[in-house]
Amino acid sequence: MTKNVHVKIDEMKTNVGLIKNLELSIGKVVNDNYTEPMGPTPMPSVTALRDWDMKLLAKYKAFYMPDCDSCCLCTFGKCDLTAGKRGACGLDIRAQSSRIVMIACAIGSACHSAHSRHLVHHLIEKYGRKFPLDIGGLNIKVEAPVTRLVTGIKPETLGDLDDVLAYVEEQITQVLAVAHTGQEASALDFESKAMHVGMCDHVGMEVGDIAQISALGYPKADPEAPLVKLGIGSVERSKPVIMCIGHNVVPSVGIIDYAKETKVDDNLEVVGLCCTSHDMTRYYHRARIVGPISWELRFIRAGLADVVVLDEQCVRTDVAEEAAKVNAPVIAASEKNCVGFKNRTNDDTNAIVDDLVSGKVKGVLILDPEKVGEVAVRVAQAVAPVRKRKTILPTPEEIVTIAKTCTQCKLCQRNCPQDFAIPPAMKAAATGDISLLTDLYEVCIGCGKCEGACPQKIMIHSLIVKAGEKAMYAEDNLCRVGRGAIQDTEIRNVGSPIVLGEIPGIVALVGCSNYPKGGKDVYEIAREFASRRYIVVLSGCSAMSAGSYRNAEGQTIWEEFPGGFEAGGVCNVGSCVANSHIAGAAIKVANIFAKRNLRGNYEEIADYIHNRLGAVGLAWGAYSQKAAAIGAGFWRLGVPVIIGPHGSKYRRVLLGRKEDPQNWEVLDARTGETVNVGPTPEHLFNIAETKEECIVAIAKLCMRPNDTWKGRSIKLSHYVDLSKRYLGVMPDDLHLFVRTMADVPSTMKDEFTKILAEKNWKETIIPDPTLLPRMVRKMKE
Amino acid sequence: MSCEPWLCAEIASTKKANPIQKPEIAVAMIKRAQRPLLIVGSQIVDRWMEGKQAIEYIIELANASKIQVVATAHMVREFINRGYTPAAYMNAMEISQRVGDPAWMGLDGKGRPDLVIYVGMPYYMEALILSGLKHFAPDLKTMTIDNMYHVHASWSFPNASLEEWASNLKVMTSKFNEGGN
Repeated sequence: MTKNVHVKIDEMKTNVGLIKNLELSIGKVVNDNYTEPMGPTPMPSVTALRDWDMKLLAKYKAFYMPDCDSCCLCTFGKCDLTAGKRGACGLDIRAQSSRIVMIACAIGSACHSAHSRHLVHHLIEKYGRKFPLDIGGLNIKVEAPVTRLVTGIKPETLGDLDDVLAYVEEQITQVLAVAHTGQEASALDFESKAMHVGMCDHVGMEVGDIAQISALGYPKADPEAPLVKLGIGSVERSKPVIMCIGHNVVPSVGIIDYAKETKVDDNLEVVGLCCTSHDMTRYYHRARIVGPISWELRFIRAGLADVVVLDEQCVRTDVAEEAAKVNAPVIAASEKNCVGFKNRTNDDTNAIVDDLVSGKVKGVLILDPEKVGEVAVRVAQAVAPVRKRKTILPTPEEIVTIAKTCTQCKLCQRNCPQDFAIPPAMKAAATGDISLLTDLYEVCIGCGKCEGACPQKIMIHSLIVKAGEKAMYAEDNLCRVGRGAIQDTEIRNVGSPIVLGEIPGIVALVGCSNYPKGGKDVYEIAREFASRRYIVVLSGCSAMSAGSYRNAEGQTIWEEFPGGFEAGGVCNVGSCVANSHIAGAAIKVANIFAKRNLRGNYEEIADYIHNRLGAVGLAWGAYSQKAAAIGAGFWRLGVPVIIGPHGSKYRRVLLGRKEDPQNWEVLDARTGETVNVGPTPEHLFNIAETKEECIVAIAKLCMRPNDTWKGRSIKLSHYVDLSKRYLGVMPDDLHLFVRTMADVPSTMKDEFTKILAEKNWKETIIPDPTLLPRMVRKMKE
Repeated sequence: MSCEPWLCAEIASTKKANPIQKPEIAVAMIKRAQRPLLIVGSQIVDRWMEGKQAIEYIIELANASKIQVVATAHMVREFINRGYTPAAYMNAMEISQRVGDPAWMGLDGKGRPDLVIYVGMPYYMEALILSGLKHFAPDLKTMTIDNMYHVHASWSFPNASLEEWASNLKVMTSKFNEGGN
């Protein structure tokens, strides 16, 4: 499919005369060789899938937790919406709460899609519209499952992605318009639109990732993608260090290309923070992943960055001030994040380099990635010997002196989002004991809010980093390079055991690093399930955190487990936008294994995934609007998502009520009979308070109505075992998950039999489950 | 003792909790309730007072008051390990959604709680749950017996030191042990 054919003729002699300055534009030439029949909802409007959303929202009720009693989005207000009051526009707190959820999802979706738009523009400019998409060679025939499912388009070239993005951008605009005062009135409709924009988010992410995989030569669905260095301790501090922060790899590619062309790459460290680092290592295996977003302050303050390059998303907005303290020049390289710097894109490169090296300017905006590359490399080489790793971290002696100025007012703790006990750590440090500060290093999310609150102006975060310095430089681990999509052959191999329940589940650990007690939880959760032969998939900051710890044999999780989409495999799909491959894998199970049509057939595929595919998403440290959008995309597919305790600040969960039988009725597609299948899955979006609770919840949420007795038996045995281990009890709801005695794990027959008798359990059938009446093959008369 | 939100940013409230100035008042309100329920969160084992974990104080209070206890997160294990079996264990969101539902008949099927008491959750999470109940279950009374002021509760102790918290919990336990109304 080609769009926007544009012919320009400056001068042409014809039989009828001379034509000058003719321009001809054709909106679209359809070159459609996608033969799969079109389903009912290609490019769905904001209401096209509303009925499906309402089925999910009837099953999973919203529990809202407003962060604010009032609404201040228009000048009618402020309006106090407490406990039933309505605002000047008529909106109540329920609708306002769901409106906030929708807005968050729209922001996240816009962020990913704008990122993808920039990538597609840039790559088309560089490689042309006809550059073919290839994300897995012969191993992948279904190259864009989310896009095919939602839009009905089978993209084959970079140019085709334009049409896909145009759809996404229109939908985001429509959804954002709904947030205006005097538009939508119903909380349920806001929820439906949140799911809609979440679905679009997955399309937008997929576009970005398949564009960069194809054009930048990333690993193509490779389960054995190489291992790369991870952690602050892995950085060779004897070399000039360029630190890239954000999510958009384009400026980093400029840096890496220039370094290679000028043959200085062996004498230079190019490191990344947050998802940019994943994509840098997909492009260049010698790049280093420093760590998640929360590592920004510690890396800069330790003086490790000679030049800081900012692209977009999850970049601390005070990086310029922080970098200035250690004499590290900053290059802003994204239109979305100009940092107030003067635009030097069209200036002479030598002049820019001179200004940055001399310190005449602290930072510049350069919107040409190739120029970013040259400037960053030359500046890093020039300033590194002069900066000499200038740091603002205190010496050990200074920690004691500074800590003595603490008045124990507790404002640091009261401003710490983690509510960490900083005052006792300061008190101990004042006596020379920094052990409590060292303990905080491991769990601190690095926001620095404690410092802003301190009336004594103590640089508390710097004290924590210095106290944890030994641990920081010991962070020398490995991460598997993001592999991108899941191969069709992998899907074929696991499709049957997943759908029948014999592989107990797919656990996807995604998202950010706003962890309640450090990143080790992510490692332990991933390892627990990989050891039990679940399929474990990671992305983004979670993939980094999982790689930051080692087992008793000294292996990281990436060395301990294979990288395939298989039982006991641990995959890194890559950066934020690569999350689309997780949804894509679920969709491909329905398409490749179950032979369901994909094209524009969203509802049927979501129904299939919801009832048959034991997949659970976990965003243990979710903090961003992007994470909300990713979650919303999974909700609409019917995939349950768990978030960590900080996720309560998304202010809404979607919960099933397991004791209500009518909540768990499905249709048996064979007969049209209504069958109670129990709470499978029990919730669509919930918060786990602790790692232990989370692990048990994941095992439970992997159960699906379609599980065979053998599959259910395996899943129940994990649920029971994990509950005993982490909660110390036999689950109290087992009777809700047993359909026939064959479901009962053979080693637990006695325990189950007793419980089932106590609960007056009755045997039921295992249906061919669906929520869609049109999927019933023979309606009950 | 201050009645500012413990986490400084939690200020977006137009309706604020009534401060509980003395533990005896909390005891009186609990005694007045027909069906009080105590929900205990995961940080109850992270907070120490006078060399004891806060959970020890809560077990003493639960034994004295005979209030039904719901343990959230993995706290059921912690309770059982200390010889106390809570009435239920449940995810914090699940139990909070239920107590806010007028149709819910309680853990024992005999009726919905009329007073829900929270303690020991991460502050930010407990604050949001209390906000949800304030808005969507305005008939339900909520109380926190943490040492941190929770603006969204119906009643909350003001911010207090760990020593004061220990003292408050001990006084509450002793008042229940004394019996009477």
